[in-house]
Amino acid sequence: MNAIPQLQGAVPAATQDPVLVVRDLQKSFGGVRAVDGVSFSVEAGTMLALIGPNGAGKTTCFNMLNGQLRPDGGEVVLAGRPITGMKPRVVWRMGVGRTFQITATFTSMTVRENVQMALISHAGGIWSPFGRARDRHAEAADALLAQVGMLEQAERACGVLAYGDLKRVELAVALANQPKLLLMDEPTAGMAPRERIELMALTAEIAAAKGIAVLFTEHDMDVVFTHSDSVIVLDRGRLIAHGTAEEVRRDPNVRAVYLGSGATSGGH
Amino acid sequence: MVDLILTQTLNGLASASSLFLVASGLSIIFGVTRIVNFAHGSLYMLGAYLAWTLVSAFGAAEPLGFWGGVVLAALLVGLLGVVIEVLVLRRIYQAPELFQLLATFGVVLMLQDLALATWGPEDKLGPRAPGLKSFVILFDNRFPTYELFLIAVGPLVLLILWLLFQKTRWGTLVRAATQDREMVGALGVNQRLLFTSVFAFGSMLAGLGGALQLPREAVNLHMDLSMISEVFVVVVVGGLGSVTGAYLAAVLIGILHAFGILIFPKITLVLVFLVMAVVLVVKPYGLMGKAPIGGARGHGPAEPLLLPADKLTKLAGLIALLLLVLAPLVAPDHILLTLTELVIFALFAASLHFMMGPGGMASFGHAAYFGLGAYGAALAVKWLGASMEPALIFAPFLAGIAGVVFGWFCVRLSGVYLAMLTLAFAQIAWATAFQWVELTGGDNGILGVWPSAWAVSKTGFYYLALGICVLAILALRLTIFSPLGYALRAGRDNPLRAEAIGLDVMRIQWVAFAVAAFAAGIAGALFAFFKGSVFPTYMAIPRSVDALLMVLLGGVQTVAGPVIGAFAYAGLSEQLMKATMYWRFGLGLSIVLLVILFPRGLVGASLMLRERWTRRPEPAARVAVEGGR
Repeated sequence: MNAIPQLQGAVPAATQDPVLVVRDLQKSFGGVRAVDGVSFSVEAGTMLALIGPNGAGKTTCFNMLNGQLRPDGGEVVLAGRPITGMKPRVVWRMGVGRTFQITATFTSMTVRENVQMALISHAGGIWSPFGRARDRHAEAADALLAQVGMLEQAERACGVLAYGDLKRVELAVALANQPKLLLMDEPTAGMAPRERIELMALTAEIAAAKGIAVLFTEHDMDVVFTHSDSVIVLDRGRLIAHGTAEEVRRDPNVRAVYLGSGATSGGH
Repeated sequence: MVDLILTQTLNGLASASSLFLVASGLSIIFGVTRIVNFAHGSLYMLGAYLAWTLVSAFGAAEPLGFWGGVVLAALLVGLLGVVIEVLVLRRIYQAPELFQLLATFGVVLMLQDLALATWGPEDKLGPRAPGLKSFVILFDNRFPTYELFLIAVGPLVLLILWLLFQKTRWGTLVRAATQDREMVGALGVNQRLLFTSVFAFGSMLAGLGGALQLPREAVNLHMDLSMISEVFVVVVVGGLGSVTGAYLAAVLIGILHAFGILIFPKITLVLVFLVMAVVLVVKPYGLMGKAPIGGARGHGPAEPLLLPADKLTKLAGLIALLLLVLAPLVAPDHILLTLTELVIFALFAASLHFMMGPGGMASFGHAAYFGLGAYGAALAVKWLGASMEPALIFAPFLAGIAGVVFGWFCVRLSGVYLAMLTLAFAQIAWATAFQWVELTGGDNGILGVWPSAWAVSKTGFYYLALGICVLAILALRLTIFSPLGYALRAGRDNPLRAEAIGLDVMRIQWVAFAVAAFAAGIAGALFAFFKGSVFPTYMAIPRSVDALLMVLLGGVQTVAGPVIGAFAYAGLSEQLMKATMYWRFGLGLSIVLLVILFPRGLVGASLMLRERWTRRPEPAARVAVEGGR
């Protein structure tokens, strides 16, 4: 009874179709267009980096994808089904895992219990007022923890973990619903350079193995250029470049945004 | 009809002014210090008492005597505010919200006994204001000029506050501190002075509100709690921290009261309740309020790990239970009675702990559900002629249904907002029991709620109470470690993450709220049969605070805590009540000292000690976490 309902394979049925399609996304805050007509898509098993200077609209864009913000206009489609404006918990049930910029874990629970909680929720078992939660999905939780290299610390409290380890736990939690899409907001913020590379290498490996589409925002260009299959660049709410890391690096608009005045970015 | 509407509107506006004075003071203090001052109603009451004394001394017939007395009373209350701020609040600005609320409630208790000792228990009738004694004829109705004066006071004070905040340096600082306290501190402003002056100013407003009531109503010892619960409604509706919101809400509530008396004279509070409900659904943080920055439930201190009891703890529990089972063999009757009461209170405390600990929802009105359980049992006996068994089954459902209804609103809020709202609901339940005399017998209560023959002996009832309470506490415990309990805890630990793994935090909390109310109802029903009678005091604020203290004494973070806390606290307060007639003062003082000495709570203090003892190499990791934020 504790089995997790299996999705029809980790890779979506029509492998050719992108997992996530975003069309003409719009959001304004009191007259300021934070996100202005952004469209892109992410394929299964690939990593797409969303970059841009501060205030470019990355976080706003991100929060519209995971349901924290309702877009003013545009469409978000997950594996062929529209998820625009749905609540975070509904979006999660449709197969979107996420990690937060500031790690978000349950501090009164052990590492394993954190993952178990997500597994219990995924199996629809949270309303049961009897039976010990610690006994549910323990093996599945350990499997996920082994995947991110946190099995040895399964019994520890999340409140006392090192920051890099906390990020790994979050990744395991985000994988618990066997997501089609993984959203990672600044996954390496606050980490040491070596930890950053390790975490993203691990993410890329898991994404490729399970056919998960990954969209992440990132400040660290090293991480972006090593671990993304493609990159999109936002500036002042608009998409100004889209391509491989190398193409984006050479793009004059992008160079202007990051190095120059921003006057050539084709803003308003 | 038109003239009736107009006069009632004027009446409503007049009573809104005092409400606004007190509420704006509370709001301003909260804005700067982030403390909800429970004692604000007490300052209002003292304003009225002081004005009564001063006006009598100066000569009430002279304008100077009357107005001088009123103003001086307000200033004295402001001065008292300074004393309270320096002695109590200044020491607890860093403490958790709940402890701050509790400390100011300690002040409420102390001031209540101070007023009793100074002015005695009789109501004090104030004189009418010289120069404003006459009537104005409005739409064929005589309307006292003093009421018109009061109507003008509200907007006038609002204007003065606006000028003060916009045009003076002090006002600018207050506004700045309301927006970003740390920034103001970083800019080199003398925070101590600012906080003290703000508290004094807010206190003065409350004192003025009380003093101005002198010609309108008799001064009495119940003014404090009745005012504070109304003020809580006003600031919840208006938006905590917004003075304009406080005025709008005060007018709204004042007018509702005035018309409520015409429409439902018995249950005017129901109208207030309905309006509050509508406002909270549309604007959860009040008409003019803003959501707390970073979410009220944002990144608090990390909650400690909760583990199931180890073998030793289980063994200790088993032995304690065995002792309780064997107690009737040796204990004399009066001890058995005390034990029965303790067992019932242990369930009451455990029910509050269920929503407060794993749920993170601190209720300041949990007695409502205890009382509703008691009334449910008594009403079933009195009106349905039920015997004990069906009454015991019926009663918790009444409490549980109230939990479902009230909880629906409460889970929309958190932290102090939730605490204020739960208190307001408890006050509504209390007022209904008090006012609806035909059904509840009002102040006289319902007598003759006796157990069935088999449980009528002291030993018989003790075993009944012990059996039911132990089962109920164990069920609550089981639930805490079940998936539902984990989901509840997940929502408390990190609502953002909980929603991101598909948990409907609000709905889970709603269920927990109802479960806690149901369990409190069981305790209340047992208590009714234990005492043989029910009274409105069963759901009064002090009883809610009893439950809070039991939980806090035992420790919010442990599951066995509330049971131990119940035994410790109930034993303690009984001794106190025997020792002195001013037991409220003693209790209040103990609460204040407790919070000042252990700002992180008893459990926090013991955890700190334990950390010092064990000294694991964890601190480095914790620094890393904080550094990453």
